[in-house]
Amino acid sequence: MSCSTCQGITANDPRFAQLDAMMEGIKGESGALISVLHKAQQLFGYLPEEVQEHVAESMQIPTSEVYGVVTFYNLFSTEPMGQFPVNVCLGTACYVRGADRVLARLKSELGIELGEVTADGLFSLESCRCIGACSLAPVITIGDEVHGKVTEHDVPRLVAQARQMAAAAQNGAQVATVGAGSDVA
Amino acid sequence: MIPAPALKRLESPADLELLRAQGAPALALRQAEAAPLGEAGEIHVLVCGDTGCRANKCLPTRQALEQSVATHGLAGRVKVVQVGCFGFCRVGPVVVVEPGGTFYCEVRPKDVPEIVLEHIMGGRPVKRLLYAPTPNERGQYETRQHIPFYQRQYRSVLRNCGLIDPENVVEAVGSGRYFALAKALTELTPDQVVDELKQSGLRGRGGAGFPTGKKWEMAKATPGDVKYVICNADEGDPGAFMDRSVLEGDPHAVLEAMTIAGYAIGAQQGYIYVRAEYPLAVQRLQLAIAQARSLGLLGSDILGTGFSFDLDIRLGAGAFVCGEETALIESIEGKRGQPRTKPPFPSTAGLWDKPTLNNNVETYANVGDIILKGADWYRSVGTEKSPGTKVFALAGQIVNTGLVEVPMGTPLREIIFGMGGGVPKGKAFKAAQIGGPSGGCIPTHLLDTPVEFDSLPPLGAMMGSGGLIVMDETSCMVDVAKYFLKFIQDESCGKCPPCRIGTKRMLEILERITQGKGTLADIDDLERLSRGIRAGSLCGLGNSAPNPVLSTLRYFRDEYVAHVVEHRCPAGRCTALTEYRIDPLRCKGCAVCARNCPVDAISGEVKSPFHIDPALCIKCGACSDVCKFDAVIH
Repeated sequence: MSCSTCQGITANDPRFAQLDAMMEGIKGESGALISVLHKAQQLFGYLPEEVQEHVAESMQIPTSEVYGVVTFYNLFSTEPMGQFPVNVCLGTACYVRGADRVLARLKSELGIELGEVTADGLFSLESCRCIGACSLAPVITIGDEVHGKVTEHDVPRLVAQARQMAAAAQNGAQVATVGAGSDVA
Repeated sequence: MIPAPALKRLESPADLELLRAQGAPALALRQAEAAPLGEAGEIHVLVCGDTGCRANKCLPTRQALEQSVATHGLAGRVKVVQVGCFGFCRVGPVVVVEPGGTFYCEVRPKDVPEIVLEHIMGGRPVKRLLYAPTPNERGQYETRQHIPFYQRQYRSVLRNCGLIDPENVVEAVGSGRYFALAKALTELTPDQVVDELKQSGLRGRGGAGFPTGKKWEMAKATPGDVKYVICNADEGDPGAFMDRSVLEGDPHAVLEAMTIAGYAIGAQQGYIYVRAEYPLAVQRLQLAIAQARSLGLLGSDILGTGFSFDLDIRLGAGAFVCGEETALIESIEGKRGQPRTKPPFPSTAGLWDKPTLNNNVETYANVGDIILKGADWYRSVGTEKSPGTKVFALAGQIVNTGLVEVPMGTPLREIIFGMGGGVPKGKAFKAAQIGGPSGGCIPTHLLDTPVEFDSLPPLGAMMGSGGLIVMDETSCMVDVAKYFLKFIQDESCGKCPPCRIGTKRMLEILERITQGKGTLADIDDLERLSRGIRAGSLCGLGNSAPNPVLSTLRYFRDEYVAHVVEHRCPAGRCTALTEYRIDPLRCKGCAVCARNCPVDAISGEVKSPFHIDPALCIKCGACSDVCKFDAVIH
């Protein structure tokens, strides 16, 4: 499976049609821009210029307004993300329990800095402000999976697990069982 | 889960009563004191299913339970139910067997057969899975009522969390949800609703503690055909997760209260602004709204009373400032979330310049019971000036992480040491940060302060949303202040220069200090900048941005001075001022440190003292964490 987020986006990309359908459904609703951008990011993985321009044109608002909103909010990204976005919670509870060390270990394990993507397109590294699982601090998410009570020693194992899932997905194997229930000692 | 289309529209309060009759027996069974019936009795196995427990891998446990129940042919008699947060997140995944309330901790799929065979089929509780703070106490704490974490709590806002299936509206109605709405619509005028709230003394749980009834009164008094009701579910304060817990465990409580608010102020449309970082909360809200709509509890002609009100969800996109009410309104309008100048206040001109009422999740979660049971009942709990309860999120260096709900006025010591179990690993308590980035820290000598809205500001802290982060001797208070300033700096929307630039300068100063390059004049500058930022910023984010610095300076000035004058970090946290070495007298040569060093900076012969190469050491502290003999000194 090739990384869907790393390819160029052309004007006749079918995802634009999906986005248009969503925008059609909420036509006339005020204040819909943020919802539209959420949908666009879900479809494209990120919000490059082409997508922002398309949204602006369809909603008949200036591209600058779209860009203003995209760059204001942390969850919108103008850069592609990896197949497994790794998110390190840097909320207060996670911080006092050593999230900074987990982050440092992730950086060295993946060989990337915050906001970057690994060369194979598998992982991107981001930090966030609290996902509300503070009682299990420090918490990281890899893809959709939330991992609690993570120490820097767990990092290599968690990364290896995600790699395995990616490899399994590539081989068309069943991945549903990998990773489930096997972590958090 | 009850599929939405299967629900029949309720045409009157009498229909609501019929629905309650469907839901109530299950809840009665779950609240029964002890297992009264013989083998034939129905059993409910409750499994926590909120975000915290999911991170704790509760889903495989639930699947294993369902499978095991089916395998043993118990499906007719034993029901596995997903419920909201029990609050005791440290011991999750939690499984409770009802009736009787046997409370099992850290239940993994491998433990499931024993619960099913021994307890459910054999009637003998599985002692090894019961809560036990120490191995010697195994078997002493069979139910929640026995566990110290729960004993002193007063669960009112959280009463349904851990009791009902949040995805099942019949159970929500069975627990009494929507009866306050029925009462308001059929027995009370809008003025009486507002009056009841004013009498109750309920104050906003989002931070500042503004009287809720007064807010409703102001929104009601502003004339206008179109008004809006907003729920602030943008729980941005890191370390607070009570709102998430309510949304995931009892979403109908919020829907009901917002509808009551709509009736009281004369609004027909509401918005719940919820963080996109809470996908499960969003999902449960969507489901709850769909269910309420098909039951006719939202939409037109609610319960046949002629009153109409509907709700929509608006997603945030990761901006702390959107917790500020005018920034939140801008964000609902689809714009950059920058605060507006006040006045006009939202109650006069809010969303799309219409009169708007905005309360947070926990505030709304109090409303239903106030309307049902009355202001006097509400005032019987808590203190004179802060009636009711408050939910606190316990996190950081504390044994029992999780959520507790206590009467207002409960001393901090009771919360942290009584329910929270104190600081783990025998470390010394240093401070509790309350109120998030806008709050302050409370040191040891002030731990007996009763926590209520008015007791904290004189100490330089604030209630905030109730996030309580405990710090032990390993936390450096200068580093903590730097952490919050970094947070504020990242999250400042940039509109006001004092906040945008002032916090940047403060952060630079704190960075200098933590690197041992600060001066005493820097400390004075911090105080001077703080005053300027506080006075010159438009919104609460800027006004309160200096609080963590001022508060740590107030109680831990000696730590700042140690960094500046002695170039020393007393807690050993600031890496630039810390050196790691191994005490040759304590080191047993076990090599655990060397194996865990990520940069191979530790060398030595097994069974003789090891050595850290300072040139290679990145001061990550991994060696210190894993050493069983406390031989790593820093």
